[in-house]
Amino acid sequence: MTEQFDVIMVGGGHNGLVCANLLAKAGKSVLVLEANEQAGGAAVTQSFADGYSVSSGAHLLYGLQPQVERDLGLKVRLAADNMSTIALSDDGKHIRIKGSSVQGVGDNDQAEMRDFHKQMLKFSSLLRPFLNKTPPRLGAGGREDLATLAQLGLKVRLLGKTDMRDFLRLIGMNIYDEVEERFSNPLLKGAISLDAVLGTHLGPRSPNTILTLLYRLAATGGRIASPAGGMGAVTKTLADSAQKQGVDIRTSKRVKQIIVDNGRATGVRTEDDDVFMSMTVVSNADPKRTIMDLVGTRHVETGFARRIHHLRMRGNAAKLHLALDGLPAIKGLDKKDFAERLVIAPDADYVERAFNPAKYGETSPNPVVEMTFPSLRDTSLAPAGKHVMSAVVQYAPYELKAGWDDAARARFEDAIMDTLARYAPDLKGRVVASELLTPPDFEQRFGMGGGHWHHGELTFDQFLFVRPVAGAAQYAMPLDGLYLCGAGAHPGGNVSGAAGRNAARAILATEKGS
Amino acid sequence: MKTYDAIVVGAGHNGLTNAAFLAKAGLDVLCVEKNDYIGGAAVSRNLYKDWIYSNCSYVCSLLRPEIFRALELHRHGLQVTPYGGGVTFMENGDYFGTYWDSEVAHREYARFSKHDADASVRYSADVMRQCRFIRDSLLRTPPDPTSFKPKDLAELMHLGKQFYEMGEDRMYETIRFWTMSVAEYLDEYFETDVIKASMSGSGIIGTALGIHSPGTAYVLLHHYMGEVDGNVGSWGYARGGMGAVSKAIAGAFQAYGGELRTDAGVEKIVTRDGKVKGVALTNGDEIDANIVVSGMDVKRTFLKCMDESDLPKAFYRRVKNFKIRGSSGKLNIALDGMPTFPALPKGSPLLDGDMHFIDSMERMERAYDDWKEGTWSKDPYVDMVIPTVTDPTMAPPGKHFMSCFVQYCPPKVEGREWTDAERDEFGKTVIDQIGDYSPDFKDLILHVEIRTPKEIENEAGLTEGNIFHGELTMDQLLFNRPVPGYAQYRAPVGGLYMCGSSTHPGGGVMAAPGANAAREILLDLKRQNTVPENFGDD
Amino acid sequence: MTIQEVNQRRLQSPFYSRLAEVDRLNEWHSWKGYTSADAFYDHELEYFAIRNSTAVFDLTPMSKYRISGPEALAYIDRLVTRDMHKIRVGRVAYAVWCNDQGQVIDDGTLFHLRDGEYRLCSQERHLAWLQAAALGMDVTIIEETADIAALAVQGPTSFSVLKKLGLDGIEDLKPFGLAHFDFEGTELMVSRTGFTGDLGYELWIEAAQAEALWDALFEAGKLHGITPIGTHALEMSRIEAGFLAAGVDFLPAEETVRPGRSRSPFELGLGWLVDFKKPNFNGRRALAEEQRRGSEWRLVKLDIEGNKPAHHSYIYAKKRGRLKQAGFITSATWSPVCKQNIAIGTVRVPHGEAGSSLWVEIYYQREMHWSRVMAKATVVDKPFWDPPRRRATPPGDF
Repeated sequence: MTEQFDVIMVGGGHNGLVCANLLAKAGKSVLVLEANEQAGGAAVTQSFADGYSVSSGAHLLYGLQPQVERDLGLKVRLAADNMSTIALSDDGKHIRIKGSSVQGVGDNDQAEMRDFHKQMLKFSSLLRPFLNKTPPRLGAGGREDLATLAQLGLKVRLLGKTDMRDFLRLIGMNIYDEVEERFSNPLLKGAISLDAVLGTHLGPRSPNTILTLLYRLAATGGRIASPAGGMGAVTKTLADSAQKQGVDIRTSKRVKQIIVDNGRATGVRTEDDDVFMSMTVVSNADPKRTIMDLVGTRHVETGFARRIHHLRMRGNAAKLHLALDGLPAIKGLDKKDFAERLVIAPDADYVERAFNPAKYGETSPNPVVEMTFPSLRDTSLAPAGKHVMSAVVQYAPYELKAGWDDAARARFEDAIMDTLARYAPDLKGRVVASELLTPPDFEQRFGMGGGHWHHGELTFDQFLFVRPVAGAAQYAMPLDGLYLCGAGAHPGGNVSGAAGRNAARAILATEKGS
Repeated sequence: MKTYDAIVVGAGHNGLTNAAFLAKAGLDVLCVEKNDYIGGAAVSRNLYKDWIYSNCSYVCSLLRPEIFRALELHRHGLQVTPYGGGVTFMENGDYFGTYWDSEVAHREYARFSKHDADASVRYSADVMRQCRFIRDSLLRTPPDPTSFKPKDLAELMHLGKQFYEMGEDRMYETIRFWTMSVAEYLDEYFETDVIKASMSGSGIIGTALGIHSPGTAYVLLHHYMGEVDGNVGSWGYARGGMGAVSKAIAGAFQAYGGELRTDAGVEKIVTRDGKVKGVALTNGDEIDANIVVSGMDVKRTFLKCMDESDLPKAFYRRVKNFKIRGSSGKLNIALDGMPTFPALPKGSPLLDGDMHFIDSMERMERAYDDWKEGTWSKDPYVDMVIPTVTDPTMAPPGKHFMSCFVQYCPPKVEGREWTDAERDEFGKTVIDQIGDYSPDFKDLILHVEIRTPKEIENEAGLTEGNIFHGELTMDQLLFNRPVPGYAQYRAPVGGLYMCGSSTHPGGGVMAAPGANAAREILLDLKRQNTVPENFGDD
Repeated sequence: MTIQEVNQRRLQSPFYSRLAEVDRLNEWHSWKGYTSADAFYDHELEYFAIRNSTAVFDLTPMSKYRISGPEALAYIDRLVTRDMHKIRVGRVAYAVWCNDQGQVIDDGTLFHLRDGEYRLCSQERHLAWLQAAALGMDVTIIEETADIAALAVQGPTSFSVLKKLGLDGIEDLKPFGLAHFDFEGTELMVSRTGFTGDLGYELWIEAAQAEALWDALFEAGKLHGITPIGTHALEMSRIEAGFLAAGVDFLPAEETVRPGRSRSPFELGLGWLVDFKKPNFNGRRALAEEQRRGSEWRLVKLDIEGNKPAHHSYIYAKKRGRLKQAGFITSATWSPVCKQNIAIGTVRVPHGEAGSSLWVEIYYQREMHWSRVMAKATVVDKPFWDPPRRRATPPGDF
């Protein structure tokens, strides 16, 4: 017998769970089909060695939208909020950044940082309301599209002459020139550069990297938090909440096909050949997988398929997880400092140099690293007295020219370990077990095409009106009954829940309209 | 002492154009030039025997035909002849040629990929659409988006209308085009590496960006939007070298009664009570004028020729951080005869055009990586032409002049000044690269002038040797160029104007900044406008 | 490595030796890079061969693509606007294909050669688009323009000629049918199609057999008035038949630069080719929207008073007693068979309904002097020339 639902959600990542939840709340019967054993997508806590667990994908919360928490009536429990960033120096003279304040730099840099942070916050706050809205259509749009556009225009105008001019100038600029213009401390320049390029195929010299930084800030003003129980706890909360709303979540059910009947998505078929029917199918998978694989190009038009085909989503970020028999010693750091966010990006040129090989399908010999020791605040993650380290490492291109064989993996892991050892000489000796996840691993483990965390580069040409592609930025795909609710849709990546929430609202609005 | 209506600083093509339009309106105009020759970077220099070198800019297409016509430049000796051809040599001994005839061009594409041959049609249409958009703006003053003045609002509306009329889908395409990298843009059309490589050069010439840097797709337009007699995108030679362009404009200027003074470098732009008073020359002379127009780039104008105290603080900071990056070098070579390129058949028309020696996208980008590390590209992107194939006036019969534009070449080597040895090494890199494809080339060399950004700066006065007077990135285009709030050619000092390529629409021997600045000045003076509007619907 | 330099001269079709032999005028032009004749002897006399005996036109320069594979039908059905499931093996379909905006990229003919195998023939080149349309589909597309030689054999005696050529069973071939024959050991495909609106066929064979086919054909047609024709004569007949020419009566959408220069099938009078019963095809969503909203342009066939051909003319419509510009002519000719002054044009909706009157501003030159007339024109909804013999099966022995 074929089961029938109002809505089928393909994939139970955090956006899918948020979307499913809100649709259920509106009275829909919702089925979530998740390929993995647990829901949560790339926001999961997984064990990688006996007794050691870690957030396998995203490990920090940058952007969970308060609107999402409010609409869902839940509160994510945090192990740490408002974390500092410590930019490591190999001579132990680290700097500490928290919001607009920096310790360890000269007065001038401190003043510039206050000014810079203020300006960035102001500009990012222009973008913030748009995170939680369906992007307007240009030209052909209706009244609401015009209103949204007018609102953006008005907001920019309301900045006043000086700020507006700066906004229009900065928006397309690269972070490298801006940090070089303002700051003198190389660690500060490096750390800000890193923030701007994290999760992208860009280096700090690439134009658009101010935008990527603003984008990160837009979500929560740059506040970094670490959830209690790892990222998996966040999605568990979301899953529990969804189930409480009546969402039917079935795991280990991989969707193989979105069924299209007479020009309309009508259901899905799973790998084990179960068929589920619904008038609305929402995909939390990335746009390429959704259209090219699950739907099939024959059911959409050629121009759209070509755009999806050209969508840039080559992941560049790898993750290294270390199980440690104790905290390593880093000159100049106290034990409690390990609870903060530590970054290795000693200057902007270092970050740019790390990026260079990625352009040619090679890994960085001297990678940039963002690391956390979550076990310090969250003892559930490691045996007593032991620790885990979770690091995001760039750059590790998805399409490695030489191929991601064991040798390539070993080479890259060595490069990372050597980099880390420059700061923590005793680290290698403390490693009990390690796990390297490259972009192909992410693709395989979480189904994200190209292993790209944001389901597609977050650059101007894949942003706002044109995310994921031109003409399909309003969550509804050009196939009746099919919607996109993952990071490939506006506003993109990070564990924000915004795409899921926006999609749910768009789906409900469409129903009301028709 | 005499007070001029206006003094134009710098007899480059923009300064001269500006001066000419002001003089045409009846103003008493003096144009001062630091060198003992005019032209700035549009010059014909006699640096070796009977050879004439276009030793800075070397090809002509962007010069607005509206300006040519309004100043009657043909009467002053300017003749622009289009050239065909062009080739990218490949490491495997093959080459990719550019043919004038569209059918032959199609066949050449198809030799590599039938798909790419057909895709080139859509590519041309899509790029041309963007060209039309920008060409419309060339002879217009950018609106100030923060202003509520009727003129600014009208211009903004005009801009908006142009955009809106494209229709929804093409609006999105436009947003993408303006923000993408040339590499990514080309990837959406073509599959053949050498075809992409040969096209991508236009996205980075003169910029401190690589083909993978977002924003470089737009730079393509600065090389496609020109025309020779309505052949949009085609390039030509000014007969007698690029100096013929400035000479003709100077001729027009003088015919309108303007006064030209060479060997007259400006030490200071003199101000009094927040208003310009005139200029002080390096020889100590002071000349008074009601208006001073600077054809120099903004850094030279405001940082070298003015006091910080004369300028608003925020403006000063912006100018200081205005990005003028030296990224190009040049070799000018006198040849004893026409070099042969064995890859090409004898008499190939491809030799009439621009020649390139980089055949892959990776090599293009790696050339940029070298520059980022503060050194010249070890495998550079060279845009090489032999103008004497088309223009017989530049060298004795049977002899040739060769111009090699080289991307990338830094203003300083790893942060230090260039040494002579390094300069020669840079030259050798280029000569070796060409020599790899032309066995007799080195033996034909009679004389070489090697120009790093340092030489270009010292001679033509271009800061860091940047050929565009400032990077062509989003933050420095349109109403952001050169400084937000000061994009309408007026400097923040009464009576002081900017007319160089640091202003909209930027570099290339286009003369549009000079003309646009003249229009604004005449507007302020409530004089009859002498600057033409664009021909429209091109 | 020696590189074969690309041919920079005009290409020669495999029939070129024969074309050059029959040519008396030396009036050639480039058609997609091929040497193609304006006329061989006299374009008007050649025209009458189309309407009176048998005319032969070399259409090798048309772009040809072979589309095959398990999903060929699904592929083509999505590519074009009409329902290709209805086109069985051995049938030919005239079709248009659109981009996602519902704007016509080109029109052409699709030949269902064999199960899972088609040929697409069009004026413009489309490999890039055809490959984009093939993303994610199990289908092979081969460009075969130069490999396949093609002749149009058109006119009332064309059937007799082909019969004499020994094509047994040709009498059973219906309009828009195709059949394979053996020609001296090589497969010869014959379709009952053409661009003249008369009884006629098109012959398709591999390039190596082109000359032999030409020779045999002209031998067979010797007593039936067989005549080679150039583009001028063909152009007159195609306007009489009311057929559109790409690049003339519409522009390939992907090549237009200015806004509003492309056309939808509805705007070209080809709404009958759009089948909304198909769940998906390129342009469907935009065309459905256009159908709801109404079109902007309308293609019109005009019967114009007088005898001055209306080349490059403006079209006017009467609005509150005054003439207002409504559009322009894209193709015009004097029709010798109909003795009518005919044209194809494009006007803004709501103008141009069948039977309505429009005015055409015609400039003509007589002995250096130019004159202008405002000629009244009637919008007609049928081809100007559509003789019953075009459809008769078996065709008569004219």
